[in-house]
Amino acid sequence: MLSYPEPGPLTLNVNGDMLSLTPRPADTLLYSLRQELGLTGAKPGCENGDCGACTVMVDGLPIKSCLMLTAEAEGREIRTVEGLNNTVLQDAFMDAWAFQCGYCTSGFLMTAHALMEREPEADEATIVEWLRSNLCRCTGYEEIVQAVKAALEQTQRS
Amino acid sequence: MSTVGESVRRKEAPNKVTGRAKYNMDMQSPGTLFAELVTSPHAHARIRKIDTQNASKMGGVKAILTGDDVAFLCGEVLEDRPPLAKGKVRYFGEPVAMVVATSEADAILASLAIEVDYEMLGVVNSPLGGLEKNAPLVHERAGDYVKAKPPVSPESGTNIADLAKIRKGDMAQGWKSASVTVEARFSLPPIDHAAMETRSAKVEILHDGRVLVQSTTQAPFEVQKLLSKYFGIKQGKVVVETPLVGGAFGGKATVQLEVLAYLASKAVDGRLVQLVNSREQDLATSPVGTGLQALIKLGADEKGRLSAAELTFWMDAGAYTDSSPRMARAIAAECTGPYRVDNVSCDTYCVYTNHTYATAYRGFAHMPMTFCIERAMDKLAKQLHMDPLQIRQLNAIQPGDTTPTQVTLNLSRLGDLRACIERMETLLGWEPGKAPTHISGDLVRAIGVSCFWKTSSSPQNAISGAIITFNQEGSMNLATGAVEFGAGTKTTSAQILAERMDMSIDDVYIHSHVSTKVDPEHWKTVASLSTFMVGRAVLDAADDAIRQLKTLAAVILRCSPKDLAVSQGRVYIKDDPTMNVAFKDIVHGYQYPEGNSIGGQIMGRGTYIVRHLSPLNPEDGEGRPGPSWTVGCQAVEVELNQRDWTYRILRAATVIDAGRVINPKGARGMVMGGMCQGLGYASREAVRHDAEGHLLTNQLRTYKLMRVGEQPKYLVDFVETAQIDAPYGARAVGEHGVLGIPSALANALSAAAGIEIDQLPATPEMLWTLKTGGIL
Ligand code: FES
Ligand code: FES
Repeated sequence: MLSYPEPGPLTLNVNGDMLSLTPRPADTLLYSLRQELGLTGAKPGCENGDCGACTVMVDGLPIKSCLMLTAEAEGREIRTVEGLNNTVLQDAFMDAWAFQCGYCTSGFLMTAHALMEREPEADEATIVEWLRSNLCRCTGYEEIVQAVKAALEQTQRS
Repeated sequence: MSTVGESVRRKEAPNKVTGRAKYNMDMQSPGTLFAELVTSPHAHARIRKIDTQNASKMGGVKAILTGDDVAFLCGEVLEDRPPLAKGKVRYFGEPVAMVVATSEADAILASLAIEVDYEMLGVVNSPLGGLEKNAPLVHERAGDYVKAKPPVSPESGTNIADLAKIRKGDMAQGWKSASVTVEARFSLPPIDHAAMETRSAKVEILHDGRVLVQSTTQAPFEVQKLLSKYFGIKQGKVVVETPLVGGAFGGKATVQLEVLAYLASKAVDGRLVQLVNSREQDLATSPVGTGLQALIKLGADEKGRLSAAELTFWMDAGAYTDSSPRMARAIAAECTGPYRVDNVSCDTYCVYTNHTYATAYRGFAHMPMTFCIERAMDKLAKQLHMDPLQIRQLNAIQPGDTTPTQVTLNLSRLGDLRACIERMETLLGWEPGKAPTHISGDLVRAIGVSCFWKTSSSPQNAISGAIITFNQEGSMNLATGAVEFGAGTKTTSAQILAERMDMSIDDVYIHSHVSTKVDPEHWKTVASLSTFMVGRAVLDAADDAIRQLKTLAAVILRCSPKDLAVSQGRVYIKDDPTMNVAFKDIVHGYQYPEGNSIGGQIMGRGTYIVRHLSPLNPEDGEGRPGPSWTVGCQAVEVELNQRDWTYRILRAATVIDAGRVINPKGARGMVMGGMCQGLGYASREAVRHDAEGHLLTNQLRTYKLMRVGEQPKYLVDFVETAQIDAPYGARAVGEHGVLGIPSALANALSAAAGIEIDQLPATPEMLWTLKTGGIL
């Protein structure tokens, strides 16, 4: 088990940058990313693991950052939506109108991005299985599934 | 160049896919103080004592407020709600006290140390329960409350907060012509908006007296007016800003946290304070969408033509009225559904209960109202052995017919419901009279249908505005007061402007936040009215700018302004476009070659005020509730497993008369999203309470939403019957995808299971209980 007896500075690897901060032991990764590091792409929607709006990638896997303590994230590779730039996936989200208010979008993008890296041949059932961790209240979900499918297809082609 | 009718991308799309779009809590200022609410753990209880002593000594605590510190009541229509409970609590989650501290953690810790001593009271757990003889009173003297915006008629000594009446035609005559009647009772739970972004507010009071508010509101101008009114501050000193909003659905049009955050800031010498709902508070403390109980009686002749409708609705207003009295009138105004009925009697009661209070939810109570009517229509069709679409086609309201509030309709105002129904038949491959189909084993498929209509039920003096300024290069900045919460209002208004100026949408710049300080007022971003009202103001502003451009260009080109037209950033002579002048040479004034300048900045200003609306007469409901209607037809196909009563939703379809579709992908997305919400409400969502009124659904794992993979195949189509006075003919479509879906799903399941589903949500357990009486 990780033990973290004294609050002290630690370093997080976020989007390739080594960033140091001094969190309280109880701070979640979501809290530190947003409040300490100014990376507000990850959103709080429930802080209870239910909605996925806070999803970031940790060592290549989508993680709900409201459920991970900052202390646990040290030494791991963290990727947030701010670390995605001009990807096929982001374009596909815009083309498919895969968001309205956009509040869930960062979370969906990170889940889908991890999916594309780990399951580049994913079929629709796999896409659905992965995306079920995230909630969207605005769209009908079809748009989001279509966007992920289109992005996968395009990467498969190239 | 045509922009209207094109699926141009949302203006803010690139920011939304990079995490750069800023919502209210994405902007932090150092030194902000944190407010935390202590909320009631009981649905109805007298407050004997609030002990704040221990809490006030805790680290970081700057101030603690209770109901004793607040001397006024809030309420959009009826002032019945203390911002912090006074004397007693009336719902689970009601704010009782508030701590302001230097950190979030300190504020939370101190809030837990506040001790409140309660004395339990009996609870009102449903609208009909509130009308029972010895029901506890939620408000002892509701009749004494100040009526901020009448009409509203609370009755002291009862739980009736309001009653809206419709009396049209002659009921005796109506029943005499009826050879078939149906009578049914319905009971629908409250719904939560569950926007992914919870509600929040920040307030700072400057020493020059200005009050800076930043919140998730859909109604910044309403926040401005109410803070001004409650605290006696000049409106000009209250500046309200709304950044991008993470979903709203009506739930952010009500003013709640802003008042509390103001009180919190005031208690700490005006320092910047933020108050943010946790998800639990957002579900329990902030308002929900109304639950509804109803008794519906319909009569029809032997051909199926409706002759009488006698309708009673009991709204679950919850502990306070908020916008319920307005919703009661909205239900009344369209109580028959989109059908011609000459004889109508309708009573809509707002009943106080010990539930979280209700406010607008997508469709302004039309979704539950539509459920009752559309289920009753299916029952009527069944009795008459008629096809469900055919009975709707036969009774569909037409130009020349009158509404329950006696407005005579024309095609422009109403649209074409019959065309929607016809299009739906094609879309579904509808086979009239087709019985549910056995697929294999226990699987049965059935389609349910439903129609809807809705007008805005908005104030008679709602206003909107638009201001266009030009950048020197000739591009335009468009300022409007409509909030962007996902419906694409800013992009739509940019499209309307680009179309009128015949320019590229890329040359129209918008800012996605709203500030009451610089943006012209838009009443509220609600009721699907923004395209219409803002759009009209934008057209007016564009015409104003064009007039100025032509006037100046006429001098330069030595012609009459009448000879000129604008296109592609130029003003040109109609019969010889080679003679023209570019916007960039005139929008900041024109400079003659030798240096003298004329003209000055060109600025377009446009306004709109709704016209010809009238209040509903208290006796019979006569009046005009909105500028136009939107009609449509919806359907849901299910596959039911008759062994375990689980079901899959295979298809959901909507045909809507959109007047004119301004952005096809945007409109389709709004409709699909609406259908998804409607399916959620119909199949699983419910704000649920136990017998003592404790909220059982204060997390997203108990208040369940649709998830990926549960969505059906969506079919969306549009009929386009222009609304003559609307921008490019476009009707309101923002809310409507949700309206008829719960009833269509219940109609499908009722047919597939051979039962009558008159309550929601239609869970497998409920179907099983209805089918078997709950006996294993
Ligand atoms: S905020 Fe982390 S799952 Fe909802
Ligand atoms: S786009 Fe609003 S929650 Fe998904």
